[in-house]
Amino acid sequence: MSILVDKNTRLVVQGITGRDGAFHTKQMLDYGTKVVAGVTPGKAGEKVEGVPVFNSVKEAVEKTKANTSVIYVPSKFAVDAIYEAADAGIKLVVCIAEGIPTTEMLKVYHYLKNSDTRLVGPNSPGVITPGVAKVGIMPGQIHKKGSIGVVSRSGTLTYEVAYHLTLNGLGQSTSLGIGGDPIIGTNFIDVLELFQKDPQTEGIVLIGEIGGTDEEEAASYIKKNVTKPVVAFVAGRTAPPGKRMGHAGAIISGGSGTAAEKVAAFNKVGIKVAESPAEVAVLMKKELEKRKAKPKVKKVVAKKKKAVKRVKVQRRKRK
Amino acid sequence: MKIHEYQAKEIFRKYGIPVPPGEMATTPDQAKEIAQKIGKPVMIKAQVHVGGRGKAGGIKSAENPDEAYQKAKNILGMDIKGLKVKKVLVTESKEISSEAYIGIIVDRRTKKPVMMVSPAGGIDIEEVAKNTPEKIFKLEVDPLLGLQSYQARNLAFKLYANPKTCNQTVPVIMKLYQAFWKEDCSLAEINPFITTPKGEVWALDAKINIDDNGLERHPEIEAMRDLDSEEPGENEARKMGLSFVKLDGNIGCVVNGAGLAMATMDLVKHFGAEPANFLDIGGSSNPEKVMTAMRIITRDPNVKAILFNIFGGITRCDDVANGIVAALKEFKPKVPIVVRLTGTNEDKAREILKQVGLSATSSMEEVVRKAIELSNVTQLQMFEGCDAPTEK
Repeated sequence: MSILVDKNTRLVVQGITGRDGAFHTKQMLDYGTKVVAGVTPGKAGEKVEGVPVFNSVKEAVEKTKANTSVIYVPSKFAVDAIYEAADAGIKLVVCIAEGIPTTEMLKVYHYLKNSDTRLVGPNSPGVITPGVAKVGIMPGQIHKKGSIGVVSRSGTLTYEVAYHLTLNGLGQSTSLGIGGDPIIGTNFIDVLELFQKDPQTEGIVLIGEIGGTDEEEAASYIKKNVTKPVVAFVAGRTAPPGKRMGHAGAIISGGSGTAAEKVAAFNKVGIKVAESPAEVAVLMKKELEKRKAKPKVKKVVAKKKKAVKRVKVQRRKRK
Repeated sequence: MKIHEYQAKEIFRKYGIPVPPGEMATTPDQAKEIAQKIGKPVMIKAQVHVGGRGKAGGIKSAENPDEAYQKAKNILGMDIKGLKVKKVLVTESKEISSEAYIGIIVDRRTKKPVMMVSPAGGIDIEEVAKNTPEKIFKLEVDPLLGLQSYQARNLAFKLYANPKTCNQTVPVIMKLYQAFWKEDCSLAEINPFITTPKGEVWALDAKINIDDNGLERHPEIEAMRDLDSEEPGENEARKMGLSFVKLDGNIGCVVNGAGLAMATMDLVKHFGAEPANFLDIGGSSNPEKVMTAMRIITRDPNVKAILFNIFGGITRCDDVANGIVAALKEFKPKVPIVVRLTGTNEDKAREILKQVGLSATSSMEEVVRKAIELSNVTQLQMFEGCDAPTEK
């Protein structure tokens, strides 16, 4: 198992005849992804790397049973591409494009909330399930099949962390970037829920950055709902307030959204926060070993505590 | 992107929000002329991208054109929190009966625009928000529907008991939402929104921030960008598709990807030094971008070492290496350069760098440590009057 992308993924590439679309179609095919169709309006009948091109996503879905799409068109056309994919019944849409205006994303978010379509991105590097398929632009060779789920707001920083996990013998179940924009289709909490349910995933790495409060919300969600070990990293400890640090969403505004607040939120609920991308792998290894060493003891202790509590409650009731 | 009050008021006027007459001036003579045209007492307001202008002495009233000349003369050239005042807004002075706040932002948590109003408007609105949040009324707007009239009415009733004033305020709230939405704002604020003894309402101040991602479809707003208020290099970087933020340290950083760039800065700090900048060369691997990055960084006299941290994905390491070689030839930097390369075409890249005597590590920690170490050496040697070493 894995999340979002697996052996049943049948991919349609929106913008397949463009420079990026064609290049990454080849990369994804080489990695083993089932790229079944491409869409470029007006270029139906052509082929890119042997993949048939259609005029619309609807046609592509009808002819090839595509269930996932990846969007390589420029930001100006990306919003239209998202709506088109959703209306054609695509279940997962991965949007690579960067630079979609926030007002557009507000509408997209609320439109998709009433549909069966999940959007990852925009401004996402994509989703990879190592050894099975990749949907996006990340380098395949640094990943390795395994049991660590990786979720991040970044691109290359995600590669850096995945690279260290792989070097330390920790493969990944699925690794994805949810995007660096302020309004994105899939948030940390959505992905945490999926990783918690996924039997292949044994540990979760969460890579956050300055701006917004998604990390704080993720921390309280983890405390309540996630039993698997989580290691976090927060980029932007040295970022000055009021300045956008590359990503549209990476900005400390009105004194909130700082790395310090996010680190504190994780620490508060007992989540280890790494000081460097390399340390993520080290901490995860330790967390996994800790759990393997004494899982049963923990459960017993928990039960005992509960038992004691129950007794106390009963006593109080009697009084 | 921030725009000035006088520019925000132009946008307000376009949408029919009542703004007192006024114009921008860059000289005392212009200020006098504008005051003459207005023919009433005026306010002279410094146009700088920083809060607390009034408290810093950047807002003064003037009874007549001569006084306007004098006050403008005092304010122009003034230093407000490190920013030099180069423009003032000369605008008609209004008598104030009450001051309210009307604003709108994007709430990242609910993914909706949120309208906020408060009857306790004015310069201390931040204090109000902090100490008496019950005086601020919020309304989430469904982005698919937009703001409805009844919602604007309900907000207006929170501000005023007088139905006439409410009736004047409802269209202002509606128009502010329209302006916010259509102009791709990330924030639009009227503070204060005033009533006068005669029963008029006016937007006395205006603040608008624009979503950078929306600028492409608003060239007229992009043209409002005040290059004087930016660090040199930021605009140059933006034109080349780089993002650059100047910082105060002495380790120059060139990185691909915003997250990795931030993590690199953090690691510099973690190992005891300070980054000189944030710089993301972006996804593509045009050697020109590396040239621009080097041009901007080598201009900063604080920089004592430059590190490259490249994790090749779409970015090809060999393209970056070619850029480094070309930049070395053109700018002949006096400070040491250290390089980390991992990913697409890294072997090719190492070959290219070898030709100019540079080697590249594949570890981010190593490259950061090395940059810090060499920056210390440079400082010592410069002190002794020697040339800076280059890495062999």
